[in-house]
Amino acid sequence: MPVDVTAVVIANRPLSAAYNVLTLAAPAIAATCTPGQFVMIKAGLTSFDPLLRRPFSVFEVIRDSQGTAAAITILSKRIGPATALIYDARPGEHMACLGPLGRAFSIVEAPIEAWMVAGGVGLAPFATLAEALASRGVQTTLFYGARTGAELFYLDFFRSRGVELVLTTEDGSVGERGRIVAPLERALAARAPSSPVMVYACGPEAMLAATARATQKHGRPCQVSVERVMGCGLGGCYSCVVPMRGDDGLTHNVRSCLAGPVLAADQIVW
Amino acid sequence: MDLSVRLGPLTLKNPIIAASGCFGYGVEYADLVDLSSLGAVVVKGLFLAEREGHPAPRIVETPAGMLNAIGLQGIGVYRFVEEKLPELRARGATVIVNVCGTTLDEYVEVSRVLSDAEGVAALELNISCPNIKEGGIQFGCSLNGTYDVVSAVRRATRLPVIPKLTPNVTDVASFARAAEEAGADGVSLVNTFLAMVIDVETRRPKISNIVGGLSGPAIRPIAVRMVYECRQAVKIPILGMGGIADARDAIEFLIAGADAVQVGTANFVDPFIWAKLLDGLSDYLQRHNIARVADLVGTIDTRSQDQEWISS
Repeated sequence: MPVDVTAVVIANRPLSAAYNVLTLAAPAIAATCTPGQFVMIKAGLTSFDPLLRRPFSVFEVIRDSQGTAAAITILSKRIGPATALIYDARPGEHMACLGPLGRAFSIVEAPIEAWMVAGGVGLAPFATLAEALASRGVQTTLFYGARTGAELFYLDFFRSRGVELVLTTEDGSVGERGRIVAPLERALAARAPSSPVMVYACGPEAMLAATARATQKHGRPCQVSVERVMGCGLGGCYSCVVPMRGDDGLTHNVRSCLAGPVLAADQIVW
Repeated sequence: MDLSVRLGPLTLKNPIIAASGCFGYGVEYADLVDLSSLGAVVVKGLFLAEREGHPAPRIVETPAGMLNAIGLQGIGVYRFVEEKLPELRARGATVIVNVCGTTLDEYVEVSRVLSDAEGVAALELNISCPNIKEGGIQFGCSLNGTYDVVSAVRRATRLPVIPKLTPNVTDVASFARAAEEAGADGVSLVNTFLAMVIDVETRRPKISNIVGGLSGPAIRPIAVRMVYECRQAVKIPILGMGGIADARDAIEFLIAGADAVQVGTANFVDPFIWAKLLDGLSDYLQRHNIARVADLVGTIDTRSQDQEWISS
């Protein structure tokens, strides 16, 4: 069950001129959230501008020296006034943090391999997923694309958890030049049909659609974490809908806050 | 202290109501909020059939507010009665259903279905949604249309009938009067203000429907004024709303003449706002030695400073 906490900002680490990792003291959320779930955050507690909260994937769960979940981090990209408040936040500041919310990833077991596909800030749900997969001994690969090498973050975090990295940048500064779906496609084509794999994806809509097409073409299951403008995160406002094919064969607008944010890629009408 | 309020034949335990379109079907919040602690829950607007609404993006934030064009996505009245109403009843919620229609007949038919169901306390007629092409606001922007819908539903049900009025008219009080003459048990106001936001870089509207309804604290002073005007015009109860974000705002509407208030957008920001509103209201009544919240309704003092001096 979600809780709303007034969380203290413990740390705020800028990763670039746009990206930052914010650490919030929210033990009740940290203790119960599972990979793929999200929180609704409002910086500027009493301000009407911006008025609404913003959804963020839980990026990391931070544990204290006893191993107790004490805090969460979020990976944010500054794109407007609300994320500017997140970027500029100072330790000691308070933020309203509601969570954990939404449906999490379904986590596979060995011998199924896990391939995580991330674009830009879409890296966010994969840190906790990688840890969960590692604890189950699942062999995991991260396909991770960004505009430039300076925006590929947390590579050592994933390496240290045994995750194999496949990197692309649009400017070719690190890894292969181009979009991340190209190496994913090649890997899907090269994989023996008898070797099972689960694809997890989060990132820009075009990347998700291309990943959905590629996995469908090669007959692989794919779970995508979608990002939508959300008003409430609790199913009240009906703003975050995704068109999905229902069991009746018709397309229905589904609230991604309740049915998602993790959804089956082959049911989404891209 | 008596927080109960009477809305025609209906008595609510308190005047704090969850507004339609901002609280799903109520069941979404049942684990977070004690639904029975609210004066009532107004569930999302229902037509006869299911509707998918508009494509995303459906909302955009504005200074101290938000614009929405959801397009009345909904599961239809039959599925509501079957799938949602039993849980709402089990949770002890006082259920008001927001009734939609593209034709007069549809309003009547939806109302009949709800009247036959167990556990509906009142009908709120949605003649004011700015985001659908047919029905709704077409009725609510014409005095005759308002009168016709209210009187047709009035004849079809014994439940209290409460049309929800649009602020997108020149004189909202005349619409409240038309509703009263047609036999309404009360009026809800205001629905959202038709509005628009453009992305100047792409020159595209920020929501898929191009225009949408503005809600939130930005509209509150206009809504208070409209409630005040309607209070002068009609005797039936008024359910006031528009940008209420805390107890002070709710009290402002009561003083202006609302018998009860509805809270919508603020629930998105703080889903736990309800207990805070009720506590704040109780504190205020205590502080002002008011025994019954009903005694606060319409108590605005519009005397000039001069008169106040003379009378004191």
